Amino acid sequence: MIKVVLPELGEGIEKATLSYWYFKEGDQVAEKDDLVELTTDKATFNLPSPCKGRISEIMYREGDSVKPGQILAVIEEN
Amino acid sequence: MVDFDLALAKQKEIFSAIKSGLLESTLIICQHYPVITLGRQACLSGRQAKPENILAKPDQLRDIKVRQIERGGDVTYHGPGQITCYPIFNLNYFKKDIHWYLRALEQAVIDCLSGLGITSQRRPGLSGVWIGTRKIASLGVSIKNWITFHGISLNIKRADLANFKLIRPCGLDVEMTCAEAHLGNFIELEGVKSLLLEEFKRVFLLKEAIR
Repeated sequence: MIKVVLPELGEGIEKATLSYWYFKEGDQVAEKDDLVELTTDKATFNLPSPCKGRISEIMYREGDSVKPGQILAVIEEN
Repeated sequence: MVDFDLALAKQKEIFSAIKSGLLESTLIICQHYPVITLGRQACLSGRQAKPENILAKPDQLRDIKVRQIERGGDVTYHGPGQITCYPIFNLNYFKKDIHWYLRALEQAVIDCLSGLGITSQRRPGLSGVWIGTRKIASLGVSIKNWITFHGISLNIKRADLANFKLIRPCGLDVEMTCAEAHLGNFIELEGVKSLLLEEFKRVFLLKEAIR
């Protein structure tokens, strides 16, 4: 199981809004697929999938505020 | 003068080449035909645009495209007399820091304006470049795999500034300005483009640039 963690986005950026999931729970993803889009004031940032596998759990919904270090999803490697 | 859709397609083409390691960081500097773009802040949860920051009546938009795009930020306007810079930069080779990147974009514009004899600055809590309380440059970017696209636009000519009245720029009640309004005379766009290019090279330590 691989946890998808929001990385540090930059100095002073303490939160971002989760703006779009490219997949839903149960979907198969490839490594480096665009997984989730996050939005700060003036930037959108796409977090790629860290591995190939099936998304077993999505922790936050579109519109939620998230912080660096938080787990956004869990992927079962296959 | 470049059509917005064409410039976006070119950015994506360059983005893919950089992601594949076939191309180094690239900067596009251009002008657009009139277009209003809506960034992600102009959208509700998900990707549905909320048009409340477009103030224009439908007949005022006859000759102006409206595009909903993936950059950060709210609504903005691009048109003739404005220089738009699209850096497609691989931040893996610069600094993986969104805040640093946005401030570096602003710095390139502030230094360019300084070269024209115009003093501009940042405003605490607000992105972009300002002259007092009036905004002269707006930014909104996208970053995928730490590779950037979209960028920053700088108002130079007075001619099309009126079209900003069709929107609430960046979702704010803000007055826009341009370089000509502060210098009080005609500014040659090609000269500003060259100056901007030099400032981008200096701020981002680019090795060389091809025009």
